[in-house]
Amino acid sequence: MSEVKYSKDHEWLKIEGDTAWVGITTYARHALGDLVFLELPEVGRKVAKGDDFAVVESVKAASEIYTPVTGEIVEVNDNLQDNLDDLKEDIDTGWIVKVKMDDTGETANLMDKSAYDSFVEDLD
Amino acid sequence: MKQTPLHASHIVQKAKMAEFAGYDMPIQYPDGVMTEHNWTRENAGIFDVSHMGQLIIEGAGSTGFLEKLTPSTFSTLKENVAKYTVLMNEDGGMIDDLIITRLEDDKYFVVVNGACKDKDIEWMKQHLPNGATLKHLENHALIALQGPKAEQVMREALSIETTELNYMRFMAHKDFFISRLGYTGEDGFEISLPAERSDAVWHKLLAHKDVKTIGLAARDSLRLEMGYPLYGHDIDATTSPVEADSTWIMGKRNNKTFIGAKRVLDELKNGTSRKRVGIKITGKGVAREGAEVFDAAGKKKIGVLTSGGFSPTLQTAIGQAYIDIEHANINTKINIRVRNRDIEAIIADMPFVQAKTKKTTKEAA
Repeated sequence: MSEVKYSKDHEWLKIEGDTAWVGITTYARHALGDLVFLELPEVGRKVAKGDDFAVVESVKAASEIYTPVTGEIVEVNDNLQDNLDDLKEDIDTGWIVKVKMDDTGETANLMDKSAYDSFVEDLD
Repeated sequence: MKQTPLHASHIVQKAKMAEFAGYDMPIQYPDGVMTEHNWTRENAGIFDVSHMGQLIIEGAGSTGFLEKLTPSTFSTLKENVAKYTVLMNEDGGMIDDLIITRLEDDKYFVVVNGACKDKDIEWMKQHLPNGATLKHLENHALIALQGPKAEQVMREALSIETTELNYMRFMAHKDFFISRLGYTGEDGFEISLPAERSDAVWHKLLAHKDVKTIGLAARDSLRLEMGYPLYGHDIDATTSPVEADSTWIMGKRNNKTFIGAKRVLDELKNGTSRKRVGIKITGKGVAREGAEVFDAAGKKKIGVLTSGGFSPTLQTAIGQAYIDIEHANINTKINIRVRNRDIEAIIADMPFVQAKTKKTTKEAA
């Protein structure tokens, strides 16, 4: 069984046990604009909640992507580098990294879909 | 924050707005920078550049005044011809870059950068001869129409015929000042007009099927493809025209008495230690302003990037940098350090994309 949660930095997480697949939401994807390059981390990197782990480049600017959970990056979606259109809110193909979480309790503070939707609505 | 006369239209169009040069400006419209960029290269785009400073300098001594403030020659410039040049400081650096059009013997139309206009006006007033005046056209908007269909759009949307107007040439049309030039490398115009009529003209242009509004982000990627310097980034108070590889603005170099000439004349004779060059990324990634440039081995720092971004036309990252002169030759392999990773690149010729400005045809005598 997996569940999907959302961060205030506009990442989504598909959570299964102590593993989280992390991607960016439609809101973030839209805000980033036309993407031209994605810089991915190495497998094995330890990340702490709030660290940036990837960088997306648009025509105009570079933007960092932050992890909402602490742990180790155990898999990276290399496919995205040549298929930037896949970087979106799709829990099957749009994930950037798979993180083995140190503390699954960290996900308790994340939002569910309806909470995130109203969070985004308040931003506009 | 200040607003241009077209501000309300940008909001209606749902542009992403941000501060630029003290103004709340459209960075991009909902189509996005890539679409806007390509549309300008293929059709025609309109840009609100009303934040820029528009000045009229006239009266006795105006020509000599401009030859003191810039390294260019104006005494031999024909009427209705525009010239790109720079305002020099005492140290041989640049206060701004600008376009100066000779309207009459001692009357000039001057367009300066928005972020520099207050400083420029103050500097000019300090040096203005007694017989001359400087008027800031604060109640004028400036609309750039750029792209291969610009001439057709002028005819169809505004009923203005420009086939006889050559590149870098000026014409007055009723109360419009029309200059055939721009910051994109495309054919096109900059239209200076009274602010109160700008919204109507903007919408007439926008109603044309080949016209889209273009934000500042695409304006930047378009100018970067042309290798045009952006003031405050690729040129500034510390860089000389020789270092900036802009000595062409000096023409036949007849003007030797401008402010800052000492350094410039010395550099023309003895060379400089660094030079502004184009950079083409050959590896993976994008490098931005401020990135350090290293030699092919990645050992020695040889320069710094002053502009950098993705070229939608070339589908690769490009930039401008100041590079130590011994490494500044075209095709020299270099590395650009981005987030502790070296990306391979080469020194490249500019423009990166061929300009398509109107070919100069023989002018009537």
